[in-house]
Amino acid sequence: MENEAIIQIRDLHREFVVGSETVHALNGINFSICRGEFVSIMGTSGSGKSTLLNILGCLDKPSSGEYIINGTSVNKLNINQLSTLRNRQIGFVFQNYNLLARTTAIDNVQLPLLYNSNISAKERKERAIAALEAVKLQGRMDHFPNQLSGGQQQRVAIARAIVNDPVIILADEATGNLDTRTSYEIMTLFQELHSKGKTIAFVTHEPDIATFTTRTIKLRDGQIVLDENIQQQSAAEALAEYEKNMKHTMI
Amino acid sequence: MNLLNLIKISITALTRNKGRSFLTMLGIIIGIASVIVMVSIGQSSTQNVRSELSSMGSNMIMIMPARSMRGGVDMGTGHSLNRKDLETLEKSTKYGQHISPMVSSGAQLVFGSNNHSGSLSGVSASYLDIRKYKLGAGIMFTDNDLKTNAKVCVVGKTVVEKLFTNGEDPIGQTIRCGRVPLKIIGVLESKGQNQMGQDQDDIVLVPYTTIMTRFAGNKSRDNFNMLFASATSEEESEMAATEITYILRSNHDIKAGQDDDFEIRTQEELLSTMSEITQVLTILLTAIAAISLLVGGIGLMNIMYVTVTERTKEIGLRMAIGAKRKDVMLQFLSESVILSLIGGFIGIIIGVCLALVAASALNWPKTVSQSAIGISFLVCVATGVFFGWYPARKAANMDPITALRYE
Repeated sequence: MENEAIIQIRDLHREFVVGSETVHALNGINFSICRGEFVSIMGTSGSGKSTLLNILGCLDKPSSGEYIINGTSVNKLNINQLSTLRNRQIGFVFQNYNLLARTTAIDNVQLPLLYNSNISAKERKERAIAALEAVKLQGRMDHFPNQLSGGQQQRVAIARAIVNDPVIILADEATGNLDTRTSYEIMTLFQELHSKGKTIAFVTHEPDIATFTTRTIKLRDGQIVLDENIQQQSAAEALAEYEKNMKHTMI
Repeated sequence: MNLLNLIKISITALTRNKGRSFLTMLGIIIGIASVIVMVSIGQSSTQNVRSELSSMGSNMIMIMPARSMRGGVDMGTGHSLNRKDLETLEKSTKYGQHISPMVSSGAQLVFGSNNHSGSLSGVSASYLDIRKYKLGAGIMFTDNDLKTNAKVCVVGKTVVEKLFTNGEDPIGQTIRCGRVPLKIIGVLESKGQNQMGQDQDDIVLVPYTTIMTRFAGNKSRDNFNMLFASATSEEESEMAATEITYILRSNHDIKAGQDDDFEIRTQEELLSTMSEITQVLTILLTAIAAISLLVGGIGLMNIMYVTVTERTKEIGLRMAIGAKRKDVMLQFLSESVILSLIGGFIGIIIGVCLALVAASALNWPKTVSQSAIGISFLVCVATGVFFGWYPARKAANMDPITALRYE
């Protein structure tokens, strides 16, 4: 079960027609992600990583090639089936959190479950509480986003991403808006989720953030130029180190 | 997403922008309130006309001599109605219940040092029944008084007030009209003004034979100013009018093809003329009110467009985490329907209050048009759906990728 490929991508192409030109954003991509992996997807802007993320998140469909998530081939699905797939199988974490303003943390976390009619109001609340506890925000459930720090807001977003128990969590520059210290805290949280068995794909352009994952896929011009397992660094240790250094510079 | 969640989400979204929601509702409130006020006022004025007319006797029929034209010159009211007509009608009518002639004569009424310029109405005893007058005190003159040209009269309240300023009991007193003394034997109950503003209590009823024989200028007069009749019931009044036409035509030897030398008016005709006027007015005013509702609806649509644009990112997020296009569409549609329903509800309350206030100020029957309330309710739902449709569709058709990146 550990090595079951939950994401399979075969010869994936994605083309956009801009004016009279055809842009090949993704040009023959092949890889798989197995259950329990923590993959970082790296690349400069224009490398196609956003396009790949959109396809991984079932927001977009490939022009050709195949994308299979948890045994389902995305190509054949219609727009409503894609919505349901996103709702049940995928958890999104965005760079700018994307929380609903003037909506409490717990209501924000419940949001994905509202679109799943199999889940009762009671279960919804229980699962939202559990998700907020998992990101250590049990004391902030009734806070509004504007009463929370950036790191806390991102944790609410992470709780929202795990509340539907997805097969994969997709994070798009999830630490992009945060300072170093808070970034390490968030990465510590991701590592905790990973150690509990979550599968995570983490898009970033910061190499030091990528070192906290177990595998790196590097994109350039729509193609994979590097795909290797790496030695995972501990974000908790990095945080401790960082705080020690900060104390030094303070003195 | 189930309905309850949908409503909850919409209400939360609306309360986030209370001021804007209220201003949007205001358009709907004003529109609905004015429609209700206009329709209700229209209905009360129709009812008012109807009740005024039925207090005059809804089965009343008036028979007047036709205006005669000779060589293109209007010769004034003719003299075609006479005692013979009255006798024939009394004898042979089946649908007519009562018939009374009317001979009027202007007169200066004098009692002691008071005087009042009024008019005498020469009628028969059944006039009270036809015009729905009631005796407040005393008695009405009898057929015997008609035979003897008795010098008696029954007066209205205004006449009593003008002549008996010291509060004397008018019954049994004798007033003078020109050179003729008339003994008051009855006083009528007050009827107030009719819808034309005429005082129905400024009246002196005298046996018509008395006027025709005893008053100067009327001596040896044979014709009546008009005839009043009442049909056996309101429904029969058209039948009665036809019957009277037939009788009078044969009485007057009018051949087929010739015009009548008299005119018959039933209350039904008067009623339908009057209600037509109020109906046209009601439709006109309601149309103006409906325009304000339309403007309110356009305001709603405008705000919904703004809301959708403003919340593009939210829409993108909802779609990303699994909202279907249908869910997004329903969310915004329910927001606009809830807005217009709440607006409509407040509008109905305000409209009903205003209609009641207006009716009591005009002293009209207090009518609240229930159909207007029901229709308003439906119109609100329709307004919400109609004007919310395009903004909601715009939201539902967004591309989640673009919407998520929208700044």
